[in-house]
Order: sequence, then C-alpha cells, then structure tokens
Amino acid sequence: MKFGILINEGPYNHQSADSAYQFCKAAIERGHEIDRVFFYHDGVNNATKLTEPPQDDRHIVNRWSKLAEEHGVDLVVCVAAGLRRGIVDDNLAAGFRISGLGQLVESGIRSDRVVTFGD
Amino acid sequence: MTESTGGIEMEEDMSGTVKKFAFINRKAPYGTIYALESLEVVLISAAFDQDVSLVFADDGVYQLKKGQATKAVGMKNFSPTYRALEGYDIEKLYVEKSSMEARGLTTDDLIVDVEVLDSAEMAALLEEQDVVLSF
Repeated sequence: MKFGILINEGPYNHQSADSAYQFCKAAIERGHEIDRVFFYHDGVNNATKLTEPPQDDRHIVNRWSKLAEEHGVDLVVCVAAGLRRGIVDDNLAAGFRISGLGQLVESGIRSDRVVTFGD
Repeated sequence: MTESTGGIEMEEDMSGTVKKFAFINRKAPYGTIYALESLEVVLISAAFDQDVSLVFADDGVYQLKKGQATKAVGMKNFSPTYRALEGYDIEKLYVEKSSMEARGLTTDDLIVDVEVLDSAEMAALLEEQDVVLSF
C-alpha cells in the first residue's frame, strides 16, 4: 500500500514526529511504500539542522535524514509554514526539501491512504 | 493567502483523478494557527480540481462565526475568506450539529451557508471520503 504522511506538530514538544517515524519505519519493513512525508504547521520544525538534543536523547531530525537516505523517502516542508517559522534552505537538514502545499494534495491524490499525525 | 500557492505543479500526469477530500476543522480560529493554515490547504486543493468538503466541528464552528473582531488581539481577521470559497468551487460546507448547539449557535450566527449534519450523518459523510485531513 502507498501511504502519504502528514505531520502537524513540532519535534520533542509532541509525540507526532515520533509516532510518524515509527509508522514509516514499520510500513517500509512490511513492504509498503511511503509516497511522501509532508511537514506542516509546527511540523516544519522537524527539518532544521540546528537541532541539537542532549546526547542521551533521540535525534529526531537526523532520524528523518537517515530514513530519506536509506529508503529514498521524500521529505517535504511546506514553504509558507516554514517561512513563518524560520525554516529556510540555509538551515534545512539533509534529505528534506521545501515546496508548496500542492505537494500535500498531490500525495493525497496519489496515495492509497493519507495518515495525519498531530493533535 | 497568495504566499502558499507555489508547488502546485504536477510531478506526473494525474489529470482526471478526482478524489473526495474532506478537511475537518476542529479548532477555534485565533488561539492556534490550525484554522488559518487549514484554509490555505483548502484553497490549494481547489487548484487541483478535487471534490472538496469542509467540516466544522468542536470549537471549529467558531471559525464561521459572524462579527469576528480581531484588531485588539493583533490578528488578521481571515473569516471573509470562507465567503470567497464559493469562487473556488468549494461549496460543500458542513457543520456538526451538536458542536454548534453546545456553543449556543445557530446557522443565523454563521457567515456562510452550511449544511448541518448530526453525528450519524457526519459519520456517513466521512465514510465516503478518500482523503480526510483533520486540523
């Protein structure tokens, strides 16, 4: 099955980034396809390479980058939501790209299911 | 609302694919950004010629309340945009009945024409959707 993923909440502040990551990993392991992960609202904060959690904590941003590198998952940050929150190309972590909201709608059209992670 | 119109170019030809998109709005308009950013996705979806429905439930019914005066809180009143949706061929607006009634509102309090659905009718509406996005 082909999944589109929408993440609406920021990392560390909220469970949605963790749940979405676990979901993506489990889906890929079971042979499903992640069409795209779209970061919206405060979810765009998943994409900043300035993130530096304590050593003993999970690194949410690097975890996404690794998922993109190993499985070619398309990580898309909403340009408008990103600009509002200071997420731009200069501080974008590896594996992410910035694009428009059309990418979310497009993924909805193309995927069998869209799963939202947020409040 | 013009800032987010980028990225609507298609990566592959999906012309002709029309899915039923429902956007569920559950939050009050100004305490958080969800309502405003939901509206931005709704407007973009219109550019893709999809079959779009908007649902207002819980505090989301306040998004449609007449007479929003936001100057004192330093926010832009974006409620006129709901009236403009018709121009984007987005005409299916649904309000969840118990949410509206619990807040002492009637359809006379709302800035646009809506269809009021009880919870069973709402469940039926959502059951027939292809993509449900909840904000």
